Amino acid sequence: MSLDSTDIDKLCELARLAIPADEVADVSAKLSDIVALVDQLKAADTAEVEPMAHPLDRSQRLRVDSATEDVDRELYQDNAPAVERGLYLVPKVID
Amino acid sequence: MQYEAVIGLEIHAQLATESKIFSGAATRYGAPPNTQACLVDLGYPGVLPVLNREAVRMAVRFGLATHCRIAERSIFARKNYFYPDLPKGYQISQYELPIVHGGYIDVICADRVKRIGITRAHLEEDAGKSLHEDFQGMSGIDLNRAGTPLLEIVSEPDMRSAAEAGAYMRTIHTLVRYLGISDGNMQEGSYRCDANVSIRPRGATELGTRTELKNLNSFRFVEKAIEIEIERQIDIVESGGTVVQETRLFDAERGETRAMRGKEEAEDYRYFPDPDLLPVSIDSALVDELRAGLPELPVEKRERFMAQYDLSAYDADILTASRPLADYYEDCVRHSRARPKLAANWVIGDLAAALNRADLEIGESRVGAAELGALLDRIESGTISGKIAKEVFEAVWNGEGGVDEIIERRGLRQISDSASIEALVDEVVAANPAQVQQYRDGRTQVLGFFVGQVMKASKGRANPRQVNEILRAKLG
Repeated sequence: MSLDSTDIDKLCELARLAIPADEVADVSAKLSDIVALVDQLKAADTAEVEPMAHPLDRSQRLRVDSATEDVDRELYQDNAPAVERGLYLVPKVID
Repeated sequence: MQYEAVIGLEIHAQLATESKIFSGAATRYGAPPNTQACLVDLGYPGVLPVLNREAVRMAVRFGLATHCRIAERSIFARKNYFYPDLPKGYQISQYELPIVHGGYIDVICADRVKRIGITRAHLEEDAGKSLHEDFQGMSGIDLNRAGTPLLEIVSEPDMRSAAEAGAYMRTIHTLVRYLGISDGNMQEGSYRCDANVSIRPRGATELGTRTELKNLNSFRFVEKAIEIEIERQIDIVESGGTVVQETRLFDAERGETRAMRGKEEAEDYRYFPDPDLLPVSIDSALVDELRAGLPELPVEKRERFMAQYDLSAYDADILTASRPLADYYEDCVRHSRARPKLAANWVIGDLAAALNRADLEIGESRVGAAELGALLDRIESGTISGKIAKEVFEAVWNGEGGVDEIIERRGLRQISDSASIEALVDEVVAANPAQVQQYRDGRTQVLGFFVGQVMKASKGRANPRQVNEILRAKLG
């Protein structure tokens, strides 16, 4: 499967990335190569194989439910571009 | 044409854990902004999520209570989307292998039992909160809620009316509170719901195009929004149009649903297993332990109340609506020799009214279960009448003392000795010769007048049955 410029547009939209118009063809070709590799993998017969959720053959360790974290808001917000009354400020977003 | 609605609900119940699902930050409601958002919740580089044991146990308990299968192995996935209240750019959720799936719950709607399938319930983290007012054209982000554990409960599209959807939502609400896995506080957003709604010609088997309703944060809104949406879809189809698959917001003020902007781009969350989290294993020993620890569930309790206390379905429904209320009732019955039905009447009637007036929960009642039991005993033994009991109840509620103390101090003990009552009757009869004549002329309904006068003369303390008997004898 090869990707056309519509696919690239959609991926850019989903990933919030912008690709300059003169690079679209190149990116498209490279991504198509990756997809081709995946297609090759998909050709393998996996009917009898259980999907692998994680490469480590172990189970998730569970944590005791207690509040252990001290939050230093000032420190954590030090690298935020804008803060007001303890809130992070971001460009207006409304549904 | 006749249409039927097809409705499925996605309920988000916030789990009542101390700490977040993947971090050790606290989950207390109402903390100052961003004081409960630790580095994991903020999505700082290099942090790793570690799953909260209690969240897993709560999800399993929910699954057991709803006849679900418990997955021996479940996995967490990343649901990718961009929004400022989601610092990592993905929400950790479950997709392919949820922790529980394939169960059901029986719901009572319009006196009929309806079985609603539960497709799945999965664990996920909540996002933060965006505040849009008052920041010079910016939005303010509070990430305290980010990482709070949620159980998303997905139903089968088994409901056919807004009323059924409301009944299902209430039933699950009661259940999660019984299980103690969520406080179900809707004002604080601990229990919320989205509804998938479609219509089809009655009798059709194919599903129509559905819309998803968001922002349904009360039982009333769920029913209202679904009703409005069903009507809207019928109008569209009747006028020759087609329903568009979309997400719609319910606007309670305007009483309408409207399409959300900006979501036209078909949702593509690009789920994939979260490499930061290993598969979760739940062995049969844990399942057995949690099954053994389940409390008596609402349906079981309701049936037991009807059988054990000889209550109507109506009474049993109300009394088992919450565990604290059911416990109070049983406590009261245990402390009293009165009929359980009398206890039910008082708990549902006078007690509930008093709690309501004072805006108190049952746990904060100013009349304890044992005290109410004592009051019922005094009614049942004839020490006081039911009417006087209301006065005593008021006094106990107002902190004036115990039941017996108030009865004695105020001299409320019912007058049951015939001599005293006869004396009162004689007085009343002597004072009302005209009515006596009426009675003797056959207008026996004036008996009520006499009873009233005697009761008044006794300040409500005379035994009404005896007053009746003695009056009849004297007048006859």
